[in-house]
Amino acid sequence: MTDTRTSIHIPNPDAPTPLEAARLTGGARPEDIESLRMQAAVYVYEAPVRIWHWVNAAAITVLIVTGYLIGSPPPTMEIAEATHQFYFGYIRFAHFAAGMILTVAFLGRIYFAFIGNRHSRQLFYLPVWRLRWWRELLFEARWYAFLEKEPKKYIGHNPLAHFAMFTFITLGMTFMIITGFALYAEGAGQDSIYYALFGWVIEMVQNTQRLHTLHHLGMWAITIFAIIHIYAAIREDIMSRQSMITTIISGWRTFKDDRVE
Amino acid sequence: MSEIETFYEVMRRQGITRRSFMKYCSLTAAALGLGPSFVPKIAHAMETKPRTPVIWVHGLECTCCSESFIRSAHPLAKDVVLSMISLDYDDTLMAAAGHQAEAALEDTIQKYRGNYILAVEGNPPLNEDGMFCIVGGKPFVEQLRHAAKDAKAIISWGACASYGCVQAAAPNPTQATPVHKVITDKPIIKVPGCPPIAEVMTGVITYMLTFDRLPELDRQGRPKMFYSQRIHDKCYRRPHFDAGQFVENWDDDYARKGYCLYKMGCKGPTTYNACSTVRWNEGVSFPIQSGHGCIGCSEDGFWDQGGFYDRLTSINAFGVEANADKVGFAAAGAVGAGIAAHIAASALKSAQRKKQENEEV
Repeated sequence: MTDTRTSIHIPNPDAPTPLEAARLTGGARPEDIESLRMQAAVYVYEAPVRIWHWVNAAAITVLIVTGYLIGSPPPTMEIAEATHQFYFGYIRFAHFAAGMILTVAFLGRIYFAFIGNRHSRQLFYLPVWRLRWWRELLFEARWYAFLEKEPKKYIGHNPLAHFAMFTFITLGMTFMIITGFALYAEGAGQDSIYYALFGWVIEMVQNTQRLHTLHHLGMWAITIFAIIHIYAAIREDIMSRQSMITTIISGWRTFKDDRVE
Repeated sequence: MSEIETFYEVMRRQGITRRSFMKYCSLTAAALGLGPSFVPKIAHAMETKPRTPVIWVHGLECTCCSESFIRSAHPLAKDVVLSMISLDYDDTLMAAAGHQAEAALEDTIQKYRGNYILAVEGNPPLNEDGMFCIVGGKPFVEQLRHAAKDAKAIISWGACASYGCVQAAAPNPTQATPVHKVITDKPIIKVPGCPPIAEVMTGVITYMLTFDRLPELDRQGRPKMFYSQRIHDKCYRRPHFDAGQFVENWDDDYARKGYCLYKMGCKGPTTYNACSTVRWNEGVSFPIQSGHGCIGCSEDGFWDQGGFYDRLTSINAFGVEANADKVGFAAAGAVGAGIAAHIAASALKSAQRKKQENEEV
């Protein structure tokens, strides 16, 4: 297993057998120790990236649920006279509040791309000028189509995931933020700062009923992305050669083997 | 120009007393949302300014704008036509017809070059060289271009002139085109609606007359004083919207209680107009007050936003009628089924590999 031609690791035969306490208490068997020799970890996602991911996930969940309800409101409730009842108002409030949080978090995330490690920048561009990247994208697509026996190891996003993140999060969320604020500007009024910043969108679509439809279709695009994203993360966690779910919690990417490729 | 009477002279000639004249000025100020200090200004303008010549042309339209206009109460359409403006050409209102009418048009253009206002009701169809709308033996688009050339400003009356309205709805066989896409070198005021509210029409004219300038326009070229807020923003049923109290069906108890018509497809939240404040027929009512949702008639392409009674716009793609939710549910369902199949295939594949590895060992 520690053959130097296929392993990344440099064997160190002089090292003492590790994890004495765990061995002696029966928690570490010889094969566990052997597996441990192959483990390596890279710190990929720094704390701000991880916090952003989970804030974003929570905001998107709230936005999808409330957004759907704004398009198709729940049945009429007569708890009190209209003056004392505000539940559709609360649904809209939750939508706007989550939208504001998502936007501020996204701006913070963009800022962090400038000061964070190189993995924090991966979300914001696709290396489309690299032929090799396209070939790797095809390779990963073939792995998902069961045409490749084994996936490759990656530190950051694999090319297919990278492509999906860029399309749905970087571009998709930007689209949702812009159309969302334009719709918000309608309610805020033509003298508001929101209208000054996003009124051009209203001018472009002319009739804002169209804007509602576009924003609504965008919601479904992000919903579909979320479904695929969660499935792919769980599947990769089980079937790929590196960690997935723990990585977005702790930031560390660990690997299941130490082969060179 | 000097032989043109001032407004005041015209009114006095018609037997209107000074007292009535001042009353009229106060009412006009009130209708425009101006303070009492503007009353003498309006009176002064009417006493000194010659009447503004207006040419009113009709393209592809149904004359509902004219019908609305002549029902204006504040100010009365009669006052506008007979006292305020000098309506020199309007083929549906003028006494002259045929060659006489066309001669009046030419006359006005020659006489007041660069000083008249061109009011356009309807729009020109451009297909087949404009043959779908003939006025005085020529395509309307030619009359429009001719009359627009020397106009001071253009008023686009109604949804037709502003956006195209029903004749421009998909597939728009005559290629009906809104005025601002044909005439691009003149200031254009859009006064959309199908029809626009009478008081909005006369209010815009009165403003232009009084201040001798165009009213302040929004990003889409509509007068801000009437089109800067949505029906929804000033709707008296708005508290029911915020409370989540909606009419679920026509004729249900909620409809009788006057709850919000949002679920019945009311386009109030996306429609900019003054219906919920100015209302119609001397402020008697407006659609929502009468129990029917707003159909968004003052918005661009309102015929093509799906049913008037649907909240979500229907999207017609590949010949299948659907809305955003149906498209979304179908796509999410397909992806979900795909994922389920992918899980099964992944599990089978890895089981197969394990079996092979075990056999090799």
